Amino acid sequence: MKKKNNKLWDFFTSVKLALFCFFTLAIASILGTFIPQNESPDAYIQRYGAKTAEIFRLLDITDMYNSWWFISLLSLFSINLIVCSIDRLPTVWKLVTMDNLATKVDRLAKMATRMRFSSSKPVQDVVTGVEQTLKSSGWKPSRRDVEGGTLLFAQKTPWVRFGVYIVHLSILVIFAGAIIGSLFGSKGSIMVREKTYTPYYFEWGSPEKVPLGFDLRVDNFSLTYYDTGTPKEFRSDLVVIDDGQEVLRKSIVVNDPLDYKGYTFYQASYQAYDEYLVTIQNQNNGASKIFLAQPGKELKWHEAGINFGIINLLPPDPWGRYRLKIWFADNKGDPSVFWLDGETSVTVERPDNAYVFKSKQMFATGLQVAKDPGVWPVYIGCILMLLGLVVAFFLSHKRLWVYIYNEESKTKFLVAGSSNKNKVGFQNMFDTLIEKFEEDETLQLSKE
Amino acid sequence: MDSSKLLGITTFIYLFSSVVYLALFIFRMKKLGLLATVITIIGLLVQTAGIGMRWLESYQMGIGHAPLSNMYESLVFFSWSIVLLYLVIEFIYKNKIIGAFAVPFAFASMAYASLSTEFSSRINPLVPALQSNWLIAHVFTCFIGYAAFAVACGTGIMYLVKLRDKGDSPDSLLATLPPLKVIDDITHKIILFGFIWLSGGIISGAVWANSAWGTYWSWDPKETWSLITWFIYASALHARFTRGWGGKRIAWISILGFMAVIFTYYGVNFLLSGLHSYGAS
Ligand code: HEM
Repeated sequence: MKKKNNKLWDFFTSVKLALFCFFTLAIASILGTFIPQNESPDAYIQRYGAKTAEIFRLLDITDMYNSWWFISLLSLFSINLIVCSIDRLPTVWKLVTMDNLATKVDRLAKMATRMRFSSSKPVQDVVTGVEQTLKSSGWKPSRRDVEGGTLLFAQKTPWVRFGVYIVHLSILVIFAGAIIGSLFGSKGSIMVREKTYTPYYFEWGSPEKVPLGFDLRVDNFSLTYYDTGTPKEFRSDLVVIDDGQEVLRKSIVVNDPLDYKGYTFYQASYQAYDEYLVTIQNQNNGASKIFLAQPGKELKWHEAGINFGIINLLPPDPWGRYRLKIWFADNKGDPSVFWLDGETSVTVERPDNAYVFKSKQMFATGLQVAKDPGVWPVYIGCILMLLGLVVAFFLSHKRLWVYIYNEESKTKFLVAGSSNKNKVGFQNMFDTLIEKFEEDETLQLSKE
Repeated sequence: MDSSKLLGITTFIYLFSSVVYLALFIFRMKKLGLLATVITIIGLLVQTAGIGMRWLESYQMGIGHAPLSNMYESLVFFSWSIVLLYLVIEFIYKNKIIGAFAVPFAFASMAYASLSTEFSSRINPLVPALQSNWLIAHVFTCFIGYAAFAVACGTGIMYLVKLRDKGDSPDSLLATLPPLKVIDDITHKIILFGFIWLSGGIISGAVWANSAWGTYWSWDPKETWSLITWFIYASALHARFTRGWGGKRIAWISILGFMAVIFTYYGVNFLLSGLHSYGAS
């Protein structure tokens, strides 16, 4: 073949190159774990001095995993993998699809795993008997008449020879996913205050607003704590509004994001404000309204003739518990002054009405925004890899030949087999099969 | 009986079991064989009960989660996996000498978990980022892989020890070790086994990261080190499969690989900074 003489081709098929790639990728990666990545230029000058910092900058060591040389190394690795697989696949293909009944019988006599017998029965009877036994042991024998006798062949799982190639392909699929992600994906974040919505987000490292193409509203953010004071849950109630229609509602927590139109919104952070959402409900007619109240500022509900304000507060403790002192007037009688205890509601009796007060601290939720069309290829690659590894490591291609022929008017019987892996396991299986043949009365075998 | 008592007892049983396996090897006291196995099985049962109790206790405290959520719990699980894996190998290969090279790892891990002051054995509630089934899958798969690599490191050391056997006397200490070819084969098989679990561990970690942060791979030091470890074992597989490496070199790679495992697992938390705040508690 022509390509066999091609130096470049040889270079890319060599497993030596693969070992070189493993080695250099490992060393380079180590470097990147010891030198902090993506910090500000000043941070490097401070830590390593101006000269070293300059060398880092020239070699892109401060953003190493995205540097031209690291990407080149990964490309070299991929080309190596592709060329090596293309080079070997035809051979494997032949091995899997070959006509094993064309195997020369003198090769059988040289196989490491083999056994000879003779029988007093005619060849035809022995062939039928052997076929029966093979079938009952889960083999599917095929048969062909060859010089001097009959050759039977059976094999199990020839396709496992592709296992290694599935693993190699899976790596390329994962790389493809990563490339798709970096070309067509986008990562960013956005802070949204409760009861407001956002039509855009900010891409990382950029001050530009990127439009989402729909609105994302935050109805509520809540924060709960364990008794120890460590956070237990961050939860945002999100609503997607597309074309003026409410199309999706989901309450997201860390580890359980919301997906819509290729975007995924993750609970990432939050910000607490010194402001409170106060809900007032008129018990007589059920009307209610939500106010954003800042301590010390008076608020008005004109239609209801209500004035109120927060006149004092005990700010949130480490468990998020706070108290608000409310001043409230509705033009009838003296104003009421009372405490609102965190988020528990309080009913205020007035001369000819009653109002229910409820409050909650005002938050903005920090959402991480990701659009990565490469995730599915990556996941498919991962599944392929695990399947391929199991196939490549634990399954073997087993082959079995039985040659039954007539020699000096006696029936002779030669069994031979081979397996590409787990030779010990194969030998045990072979021995069990031989025992079955020996026990079979109709075959009348005797050892040679 | 509470879980910490059971796990404390486990530490002592594994110490005892390590001593018996070593005696079996060094003083060639074949009669101790059955004892060693029985002790180890008892140790494993006590530890299993301890892990189970701990799981239950976390539910009784109202913060129920699988006992795989911090450094202490992962060390306990690491030790559990080593012993389970070793017992399977002992059963398959009918050889008890390997125990002298494997069970001490399980003891060391338990001793370190209970004695070290760096991390507490308290059952703590999970912060939001750790509340994920992918975390459980991630720790489970990683540590089975790590346990396999610990055992492979043990058999690798065993191989290097056996190399000093000049074969001059059939009753010498080293002559009792299995033949080189057998040790080499065991090491290789365990590495294959570990490699699959490590791959699964890296993948489940990536899936977890993607569900929590929207990025399946961010080159944080811990991720990167697990990839380095993976590269080391991948190169061992290729060197063996296509260049016929074996024996001494694979033995050394099994040791080097395990050092990378320890660094990934332990060194990164203390020497480098990253996302895996999990390990610091
Ligand atoms: C991280 C990347 C890689 C992984 C995870 C990987 C995985 C594997 C696995 C699991 C095997 C089977 C080994 C066994 O059965 O014991 C294998 C075999 C092999 N690999 Fe890779 N591989 C990778 C990269 C490469 C590269 C870059 C090359 C380029 C030449 C390569 C060439 C080979 C060859 C030639 C074989 C033997 C195939 C055969 O003839 O059966 N591998 N690989």
